[in-house]
Amino acid sequence: MHAFCRIGSAHRQLASPAARSVSTLILAEHQAGKLAPATLNAIAASRKIGGDVTVLVAGKDVSGVATEVGKAEGVKKLLVADDASLEGLLPERVAPVILASQKQFNFTHIIGPSTAFAKNVLPRVAAKLDVSPISDVLDIKSEDTFVRPIYAGNAIQTLQAADSVKILTVRASSFDAVSMGGNSVPEVAPKAESVKEDISTYVKSEISKSERPELSSAKKVISGGRGMKSGDNFKMLYDLADKIGAAVGASRAAVDAGFVPNDLQVGQTGKIVAPELYVAIGISGAIQHLAGMKDSKTIVAINKDPEAPIFQVADIGLVADLFKAVPEMLEKIDGYKSK
Amino acid sequence: MSLRILVGCKRVVDYAVKVRVKPDQTGVVTQGVKHSLNPFDEIAVEEAVRLKEKKLAQEIIAVSCGPPACQETLRTALAMGADKAIHVEVPDAEYATLQPLHVAKIFAKLSERTQANLILVGKQAIDDDSNQTAQITAGLLDWPQATFVSKIEPQGSDSANIVREVDGGLEHIKVKLPAVVSADLRLNEPRYATLPNIMKAKKKPLEKLTAKDLGVDLSARIKVISVAEPPVREAGAKVESVDEMLSKLKELGRI
Repeated sequence: MHAFCRIGSAHRQLASPAARSVSTLILAEHQAGKLAPATLNAIAASRKIGGDVTVLVAGKDVSGVATEVGKAEGVKKLLVADDASLEGLLPERVAPVILASQKQFNFTHIIGPSTAFAKNVLPRVAAKLDVSPISDVLDIKSEDTFVRPIYAGNAIQTLQAADSVKILTVRASSFDAVSMGGNSVPEVAPKAESVKEDISTYVKSEISKSERPELSSAKKVISGGRGMKSGDNFKMLYDLADKIGAAVGASRAAVDAGFVPNDLQVGQTGKIVAPELYVAIGISGAIQHLAGMKDSKTIVAINKDPEAPIFQVADIGLVADLFKAVPEMLEKIDGYKSK
Repeated sequence: MSLRILVGCKRVVDYAVKVRVKPDQTGVVTQGVKHSLNPFDEIAVEEAVRLKEKKLAQEIIAVSCGPPACQETLRTALAMGADKAIHVEVPDAEYATLQPLHVAKIFAKLSERTQANLILVGKQAIDDDSNQTAQITAGLLDWPQATFVSKIEPQGSDSANIVREVDGGLEHIKVKLPAVVSADLRLNEPRYATLPNIMKAKKKPLEKLTAKDLGVDLSARIKVISVAEPPVREAGAKVESVDEMLSKLKELGRI
């Protein structure tokens, strides 16, 4: 099961005193005016390092996001850069905001969640600071020693970073979110310098709309693969997901076959999830898919091929035709649901 | 201005290989293991070749940093349609701690040397899974970056419309050239190199350089403490029926 230590008070002592006192900047993640929950996991990761925690919210019309993140436990300072030019969060404009804050406050660590936004921006910041960034951190051993997956999660590397500033993205599912109950007051972030606004332009976003929980933070996920045979058949999974409050995911095969949009993809090149319950339906379990879900607490697999590799990681496996099993689940699940 | 494209080609352990961690925990076993062009870089090469086929690109230069075996990887890119290749040889000792930052510095220097105005790389290498090189290169050069790209449409000679794969869907942006672009899986379907093209690739120019020639310092930014096997999941049990499955899930408190 999950061997990486989760954050807890017992681990706070790991943070050792340094020549320069430790202080962390967290890059807040948000979408459509709402704070992304992964931000709270990133704050939790930074508390494992110790020292003061500052959160930076950058974007256009982000006062609501700032209010939300201000309630997070353990935030010492809350910087807000709210400007129309930050619409779409172009890295050419966000990186200078982070650099301005870094220049003024001289943080030892700059951390973001391993999301598309932070993965896009933080290495650019690292370039300007001449730092080698560290991606997708699973555990923090000390202020300079980090654990991360390589080879699609088939090996776990522990490394010691030599750079004076550590720039990390952290895997949300490896750190329990901090609780709410804080009360930080927003301050205006230091002004960005040498911003080149003419080199890139944000045009628009096409975000898939869904009432279901967000895939990367959902407690339950039901995923379909090539075995679903068509996009229409995914309706069964949506119905099942709605009955138990789950998010719906997919394997790369299902995305490539056009059954579902790509943002549902779970795996090395898609989203990494670690829900309490992961139900893999018609998914064989290629290495690249397992990389995205094998830290889930309970894995259920339904597949008609008893040799499918997914059964090697599944806690509960059912060898059956999904077109019989899923309708039966839909029919019976209400009777089993805890009241 | 037509495009001069620098395309990154990393030699990695083939994606289908189940890697094994060395017993002394210093890394994974790479000797005697099948290697190939990083799948995301294959997509980057394919895109470069398609831009050339549409007469939008004038020259494609494939670049690989690493041990001598990287030349095989470069020959693959040449066989797919790259015009020439540059191998930046990195000795084994330094290769062990070579980071995207180092590679990005090499790319930045090479972009000057080759007068490239588009740098195309894969969004991540499937060995270190870093997902950093494009972003760092763009930062070093102060060029715009377009990462996780599923569509590139050059507009005239000085900009490109881009579609990016982001959490929750897609994003449309426009970047001015020169720019750095990282390819996502859905950008294209890479072609197979045909035998005649593999033969022709042997005659295409391949320049050898070192990081020193380019003035790039490769001193280690990290120290690898250990590389371990991931935690093994306990073997699960098979159930016979949907009822048995649902009652187990209920017992576990998962539904």
